[in-house]
Amino acid sequence: MSSRLSGNEAVAYAMKQINPDVMGAFPITPSTEIPEYFAQYAANGEVDTEFVTVESEHSSMSVCIAAQAAGARSVCATSSCGLALMYELLYVAASCRLPIALACVNRALSGPININNDHSDSMGARDSGWIQIYAENNQEAYDNFLMAMPIGEHLSVRLPVMTCMDGFITSHAVENIELLETEAVRRFIGEYNPENYLLKKENPLAVGPYDVSPYYMEHKVLEAEAMKAAKTRILEVAADFEKISGRRYGLFEEYRMEDAELALVLIGSSAGTAKAAVDKLREAGVKAGLVKIRVFRPFPGEELARALAGTRAVAVMDKSEGFSASGGPLFAETRSALYDLQERPYMINIVYGLGGRDVKTEDIEKVFARLAAIAATGEVGPLYTHMGQRSREEIA
Amino acid sequence: MIYAKDINEHTPWQDLTPGGEIYEPGTARNFDTGAWRSNTPVFHAQACKHCMLCVPFCPDSAIPVQDGKRLDFDYMHCKGCGICENVCPFPAITMVTGGVAR
Repeated sequence: MSSRLSGNEAVAYAMKQINPDVMGAFPITPSTEIPEYFAQYAANGEVDTEFVTVESEHSSMSVCIAAQAAGARSVCATSSCGLALMYELLYVAASCRLPIALACVNRALSGPININNDHSDSMGARDSGWIQIYAENNQEAYDNFLMAMPIGEHLSVRLPVMTCMDGFITSHAVENIELLETEAVRRFIGEYNPENYLLKKENPLAVGPYDVSPYYMEHKVLEAEAMKAAKTRILEVAADFEKISGRRYGLFEEYRMEDAELALVLIGSSAGTAKAAVDKLREAGVKAGLVKIRVFRPFPGEELARALAGTRAVAVMDKSEGFSASGGPLFAETRSALYDLQERPYMINIVYGLGGRDVKTEDIEKVFARLAAIAATGEVGPLYTHMGQRSREEIA
Repeated sequence: MIYAKDINEHTPWQDLTPGGEIYEPGTARNFDTGAWRSNTPVFHAQACKHCMLCVPFCPDSAIPVQDGKRLDFDYMHCKGCGICENVCPFPAITMVTGGVAR
């Protein structure tokens, strides 16, 4: 059915259709609307969910961990400093192999304090053992949250899933959206039936016991293997989802990449802007293309290397600083992924859009102009630059 | 199902449980956690009146009781904290240096 929803409402509606057993709820801009909408569903009796309001995000994630360990399907939503306050628990959820689903509405991480969009919050949590799936728009935010259940809960995976969307740009903008029928959603996600859980009285269970050195490393290898297995599972779930929705998803989206010589790699809502720029450049005869990363964890390194193998110059655009002094996190991953190619394209990194700084099609065109010059001359120039800031110098 | 008795420090990662979950109760009995001990309590049975003060004070349940009488220490689980010596009203427990009762 067609509707018009903001990204937040779309995710809240997905949660309503899922009808989870527990929601750990604490508000933070720009994700606040998700628990707000859900509180109405709970108050109206439209869901059977135990809606647990707590005093912090540390507690909302703790609620989810305890509930999921008890055998309940648990969901949560947060942003920015809220995700940072969950940091310790993110690792606990992942290492206890509890498939919680968290909607992360991406917002800059303080400081300086700022409520607008970039990816510094979820990028900071990229090594916590959570699967991370990013949305370009409201439709994807809705679809990704539904897919989080069958991905995370599968026995081969058993990892928590963070579905991310851009704060305000996606979370607050109202767009047309295709919603599934609730019955179809319920059939798609199925019942959550873990093999072992705390409330299974026939079989007492200890979750998260102290792990001494002779065991810790083995458990981390198990977790790492689960993350590897997640890649296959994500694609299986996407194939099943296509059958009920008609919408196709992969680990990333390739936009006009068939014969692309110049390509961008980026994450999230900027893909819409980049697609418009690519279309414009294509009309002018420039072989421009875009790879929009959907799944950042597990990182689709081999697949990405194949997608970029035929290009001549690539700009990786990070919406998160990283402060490595040598480029953002997406750049580090992408460049590493291409190392094994026999012939590698030139590659630069551009950090952009921090704290809600806008990016326009003209900005993207400038990036392609830089790539064209690099491809023509073989001169890469500065490897890692920022875009969109005021400066005394001319910058692309 | 993988049971605690079937795993040890030589078990490969493939044969361990996800997240280190333990699927049964009371598994602490199987594991020697007394090896950390640097002081050791010694039980003098002839001086013991079996008042049972030491038993609930032991943080590790390392003092077994049978038919109303305490038995010698369970050194597999005793950490050598010395609380039992401290609370014993009789000269029935003395601490010695080192991990072994001498």
